[in-house]
Amino acid sequence: MARLNSPEDLEKLRQEVLSRNDPKRPCISICAGTGCIACGAAGVVSAFEEDLRRQGLGDKADVKRTGCHGFCEQGPAVVVHPDGVFYARVKPEDVPEIVSRTIKEKKVVERLLYVDPATGQRVVHESEIQFFEKQKRLVLGSNSRIDPGSIEDYLAVGGYSALVKVLRTMSPEKVISDIKESGLRGRSGSGFPAGRKWEACRNAEGETKYVICNCHEGDPGAFVDRMMMEANPHLVLEGMIIGAYSMAAHDGYIFVGGEFPLTVENVGIAIRQAEEHGLLGQNILGSGFDFTVRLSIDGGSYVCGESTALMASMDGRVGEPIRKYDHATERGLRARPTVLNNLQTWANVPLIINQGVERYRSIGTSGSKGTKVFSLTGAVVNTGMVEVPMGATLKEIVFDIGGGVRGGGKFKALQVGGPLGGFVPENQLNLKVDFDELGKAGLSMGPSLVVMDENACIVDTVKYFVTFLSDESCGKCTPCREVFRQILKVLNRISGGRGREGDIELLKELSDVQRDATLCALGQGAPSPIDSALAHFRDEFEAHIGEKRCPAGVCRGLSAAGPR
Amino acid sequence: MDIKGIDKIIEKHGGVAGLLIQVLLEIQGENHWLPKEALERVSERLRVPMSRIQHIATFYKAFSLVPKGRHEVHVCTGTSCHVRGASRILDAVKDHTGIEPGETDVDSKFSVETVNCLGCCALGPLLVVNGKTHGRLSPAEASEVMKKYG
Amino acid sequence: MGIVTLTIDNREVKAEEGMTVLEAARGAGIEIPTLCWHEKLKPYTVCRICVVDVDARGWTSLDTACSRPVKEGLVVRTRSAKIDRIRKTILELLLAHAPDSPKLREYASEYGADRDRFEKDPSFCIDCGLCVRYCAEVKKKNAVGFVDRGIRREICFVPEVALRECNGCKECFPLCPTSYLQAAFVLVQALTAPAQPEKP
Ligand SMILES: Cc1cc2nc3c(=O)[nH]c(=O)nc-3n(C[C@H](O)[C@H](O)[C@H](O)COP(=O)(O)O)c2cc1C
Ligand code: SF4
Ligand code: FES
Repeated sequence: MARLNSPEDLEKLRQEVLSRNDPKRPCISICAGTGCIACGAAGVVSAFEEDLRRQGLGDKADVKRTGCHGFCEQGPAVVVHPDGVFYARVKPEDVPEIVSRTIKEKKVVERLLYVDPATGQRVVHESEIQFFEKQKRLVLGSNSRIDPGSIEDYLAVGGYSALVKVLRTMSPEKVISDIKESGLRGRSGSGFPAGRKWEACRNAEGETKYVICNCHEGDPGAFVDRMMMEANPHLVLEGMIIGAYSMAAHDGYIFVGGEFPLTVENVGIAIRQAEEHGLLGQNILGSGFDFTVRLSIDGGSYVCGESTALMASMDGRVGEPIRKYDHATERGLRARPTVLNNLQTWANVPLIINQGVERYRSIGTSGSKGTKVFSLTGAVVNTGMVEVPMGATLKEIVFDIGGGVRGGGKFKALQVGGPLGGFVPENQLNLKVDFDELGKAGLSMGPSLVVMDENACIVDTVKYFVTFLSDESCGKCTPCREVFRQILKVLNRISGGRGREGDIELLKELSDVQRDATLCALGQGAPSPIDSALAHFRDEFEAHIGEKRCPAGVCRGLSAAGPR
Repeated sequence: MDIKGIDKIIEKHGGVAGLLIQVLLEIQGENHWLPKEALERVSERLRVPMSRIQHIATFYKAFSLVPKGRHEVHVCTGTSCHVRGASRILDAVKDHTGIEPGETDVDSKFSVETVNCLGCCALGPLLVVNGKTHGRLSPAEASEVMKKYG
Repeated sequence: MGIVTLTIDNREVKAEEGMTVLEAARGAGIEIPTLCWHEKLKPYTVCRICVVDVDARGWTSLDTACSRPVKEGLVVRTRSAKIDRIRKTILELLLAHAPDSPKLREYASEYGADRDRFEKDPSFCIDCGLCVRYCAEVKKKNAVGFVDRGIRREICFVPEVALRECNGCKECFPLCPTSYLQAAFVLVQALTAPAQPEKP
């Protein structure tokens, strides 16, 4: 591929790609993200390729292997463009029928359509499915039209136009002031204004500056960051290039958890393609600006998502947080000015530049702008990756998008923010997706929402998080390590039917010390699940301790009814 | 894996001490475990003390200091799988193999690991054997799956 | 280096820029307990027993005195109900591991920590890292390091290095606030030295 030497070259290539794409030509897009691959998507892809060939339609339709569309529950999902016919849970055996009916005869295969569980009706188009209809898919919207291995697909949906706009018309200062005005806040849950970080880094002294994309996502039960990266890596790269340009940084890193090999592979391909096209490397699009991006893979440890541990890890040291007295924007990675943002934060940047500040600001609440992507999992009808505007309520997510509790069970709680977050009971589901509102409720806007029904035990789930953290923390500071050790003993005793009077108070006392005295945000946040469990579900603890009963019937050795 | 192979990986990363973890990950990826000789070679070539390498090799979950069994079993214990009953699946696996997560049995038949999230929560609870996903399992079905591998 | 003035426990204290609150306090005869701090080593901030209340221009927070740089106008309080409660709990947690450590017992009596509050779990080591860091930072030998993470974190000798270096040094032994180091070293010797017939 020839290098693109100017924004004009890029636009020319885009026109070429678009003119090659016949909008009427059928395109079978198969979700082949990590989730759907596990459901057998690879077999579906090759079945389509083979069958088209067999039926002599090889040049009449395209097969596109895309990243995650989001509706994991119905995977492998197949969308036949241009009409957008949506087939759910497709198996290789179903493929010949789809090819002969839908591709050849332009008819739908009724039996493979998605059935709306509420109405019992079959739904033809993706856009009419309630799961999608109720979302606002600004960041995820293009996933079903992009083969993550093809930069041309990204160009075809308008990719890199924000970069063109920036290089043609915007000064670095203007980029920063736009990001500041847009109200973009850190999507890791921190909610820290991105523009302020960028400005501090731009103003910091030093030739070498770094930008880092945090795609670590060590939370148990969260997959959105890695799935977004896997599905549309160029979107993140474009955001990083724009950010780096505004801060005059020339080195970028993507720190990614190693558990999803496909994510690592797709980002690697995207970086290479961007380099070949002159979108990364020296003299980007002839602008004189240089920027490279490298991958740094994590060895697997939750605490490495924390900024100082992350930077230690990237520098070949053990991922232990350290106490620092200057900001990373002054002394970060290798003691150079560094901006670390979550993957979703970066992914919003091209959007803001393209839409303009005003339009971006029109979405969301007064303090939180834009959209947020979550993984919605657990005991919910529609497991998947969902994107909602800030200000949507948790109830809308669980019941309208998620379709409510699986198997008709009764809702117990929504777990928000992972191991450093908390439990939201039914009467608080009106909480809005908003940094400040969730923060006030003691929750953080982490990547995952897990629905718990009556079959889940709160004591057991708290124990699960403490076990996780006691293993995935660094273990360096005393109150973190030793409080975990003791709290685990207490929780094991409670769930084993040996709980004692005073145990709840002991949990609280130990948590307080942990929150106040530990070094990093892991230890400081670890008491959150305990706090919220005790605030909303204290009776469950009391049933375990006083009546030796586990109401959900989860804790072994305890029965739901209690001892005879 | 021989010294040459290790040297090649080290050179690929430019012999930079800062890339220590990337180097170890690659050795682990190719060799499936980190033999002591490999660690010593890395220590020598990157001029990183063994004490630090020892810490890193035991700190990160991706590394193994013993050879893995012939069948690598991963049980997802992410939050979603947990609330869907993953601990019973793990019990079935433990019963079948007689080992705890993080261990390899004496015959080197099985290695069992828990993982935080495999990105296919819709299939939970699930287990993955040698890269193949078995989803929407009951504990009994999990035992059946394990039996297929001996 | 400039001189700054700060307030510690209502006393005006002068200190050199670049000093820590701990150094400033000790210079003025104000005692703050420490376990992981050593004058020859970089602050490690892990035992957390030295936490103090720091008010910097109206912004109050708890911080470790052993790491916090002095600044003009800082207001520091080294004791409060909250600080004492933290120290007491930390001591109780550590006494479960090293019930007979003289240093822990001395602090325990000052802060009213109950040696038997938590079930004994005598690993003897309290993970202060003094030996590890002394060996790395001062002796530059790296004979001993940490292994593992979370609640399984512990110290571990590198047998080859220990065999070569430790016999002639042993400078870390007296630094240990418990007696674990000695035990561990003996263990490594036993493990790596050629097998000797057991004496009756
Ligand atoms: C224990 C711990 C784990 C974290 N894990 C992640 C993570 O996986 N991904 C992430 O983006 N941020 C994570 N963070 C937050 C980061 O430290 C950092 O604040 C964030 O990447 C900044 O990005 P933002 O400002 O765009 O939100 C974690 C923080 C802590 C304390
Ligand atoms: S709070 Fe926990 S995770 Fe954070 S530095 Fe201390 S021991 Fe490590
Ligand atoms: S002496 Fe300050 S944390 Fe240990």
